[in-house]
Amino acid sequence: MGAEKTVILDGAGVRRALTRIAHEILERNKGVADLVLVGIRTGGVHLARELSLRLEEIEGERPPVGEVDITLYRDDFKGHTPHLPVGKTDIPFAIEGKKVVLVDDVLFTGRTIRAALDALMDHGRPDCIQLAVLVDRGHRELPIRADFVGRNVPTSRKENILVTFDGDNRPLEVVLEK
Amino acid sequence: MGFKHKDIIGLQGLTREEIELLLDTAENMKEIMGRDIKKVPTLRGKTVVNLFYEASTRTRTSFEIAAKRLSADTINISASTSSVTKGETLSDTARNVLAMKPDIIVMRHAASGAHHYLAQRVSCSVINAGDGAHEHPSQGLLDMLTMRQKFGRLEGLKVAIVGDITHSRVARSDIFGLTTMGAQVCLAGPPTMMPPGIERLGNVVVCSDMREAISGADVVMMLRIQLERQGKTLLPTLREYARYYGLNPEKLKLAKPEAIVMHPGPINRGVELSSYVADGDQSAILTQVENGVAVRMAMLYHVSGGELPTA
Repeated sequence: MGAEKTVILDGAGVRRALTRIAHEILERNKGVADLVLVGIRTGGVHLARELSLRLEEIEGERPPVGEVDITLYRDDFKGHTPHLPVGKTDIPFAIEGKKVVLVDDVLFTGRTIRAALDALMDHGRPDCIQLAVLVDRGHRELPIRADFVGRNVPTSRKENILVTFDGDNRPLEVVLEK
Repeated sequence: MGFKHKDIIGLQGLTREEIELLLDTAENMKEIMGRDIKKVPTLRGKTVVNLFYEASTRTRTSFEIAAKRLSADTINISASTSSVTKGETLSDTARNVLAMKPDIIVMRHAASGAHHYLAQRVSCSVINAGDGAHEHPSQGLLDMLTMRQKFGRLEGLKVAIVGDITHSRVARSDIFGLTTMGAQVCLAGPPTMMPPGIERLGNVVVCSDMREAISGADVVMMLRIQLERQGKTLLPTLREYARYYGLNPEKLKLAKPEAIVMHPGPINRGVELSSYVADGDQSAILTQVENGVAVRMAMLYHVSGGELPTA
C-alpha cells in the first residue's frame, strides 16, 4: 500500500508563499542592494531562482543566484556506507560583505543548514546570512531557525514533506506523506 | 548509484557507471581548488598513509594535497627511508602500518599485484598509486577527465597511445578505462615495446607506424621512455626513438585540428615530445596535473564509503 499523501500547498499556494517571502526579504533588507541568493541543491536552488524573479518583479533588479552542494560538509559520514554523489557548488560572485539569503525547500533537523553555513563561510565572510525556507516542519536538532518561512507544518518524524517541481524546475506543490 | 568498492586497485573491472561517478565527483571537486580556502571537512579525523616503495614526486604530492583538501591527516612513508631497507616484507610493513589505524593506504610498488596482495591483508582501503607495469588508475582517471573536459564525452573518441606500451602502467589503465567508456585506442611503439596479444584487451588497434595511430586522432598520448624499467636496452638510441616515435609539429598535423596532446610526465624533452609540442597550444599536460588532485580527491572520498567485504 502506498503512502497517504496530503497537499499542503498547491501551485497557487506556493506562488503566494514565495511572493510573501520576497516582500519580507525586501522589507528586512530595505531593497536588493548587496543582496545575493544562494540555494541549497537541489530544491533550494530552484526556489532561489523563483525568489530572484519575484524580487525583480517587485524591485526591478534581480539579485544574483548561486548554488551550494553540502555533501562534503555533512556530519553523518559513516565509514563504509556508499557516499552520496558530490554535486556542484557554483557561487559565481564574491559573498564578502554581501547580505546572503540562503534558500532551502524544507527545514527539518537543521543539519543541512549547518553544513551550508560552513560551506558558505569557506567562500568568504558575508555581512550576514539569512535563511528562507518554503516549509518548516520542526524537529530541530541544532539551534537554527529560519528568517523567512513559507509555511509552518508541524509533522511527526515518520512523516515526509516533499516539494515537487515541473520540468522547468518551477515549484508545483508541497505534499505531506504519511 | 554508490561506489561499492573498498579499494581501487585498477580500472579493470570498474563499470562504466563507476568510472562516470568518479569522474563526475572529480569534476565537482575542482570547484574547491578555485577557492581561497581550498579545504572541505569531509575526511576530518581520517588518516591516509602514503606508502611509496618507488620514487615519486608528482603522484605522491598530488595524493597528499588531495587528502589534505579533504581534511584527512596524511603520513608519508617512503621505502628508501623506512624499515624496508632493513629487509622488512610488505606483509610485515602492512601489519605495522595497520597498527597505526589508518583509514586509507595509498601505495606505489614496483611489483605488479602488490596492491591486490595488500588489500587482502588489511581492513582499511587501499588505493593503487602505480604497481609495476600493471596499472596506475589515478593517472587513467585524470587522463579521462582531461579528455572529457575537452570533448564533453569519451565514447567514440580516437585515442592514440604512443611509446613503451610494455612497461607502461599508465597505458594499461588508459586502455581499460577508455575501452570501458567506449573510446577507440590505437597503440604504436617499437616492436620491442609492444606486448603481444594486447589487442585482445578490447577496442584496441595495434599500429605498426606511429603516423597511422595518430591520423585522425582526438587525443595523442605520449608515454615516457622508462629506461629505469627496461632490463635491457630495447631501443638502439634515443635519437632514433625520437625520430620514429617522437611527436613533433609535423606529425601532430596528422591528428584532428582540435586534438590534444597528453603525457603522464615527467617528459623527456626532445625524445617523446619536442618542446614546441610540449609547450604548444594543443598540450593538455598541465591540465592533467591539475585534474590529478581532483581525481585523487574523488578516489579518496569514494573508497572511504566503499563496502567492506563480508567476513
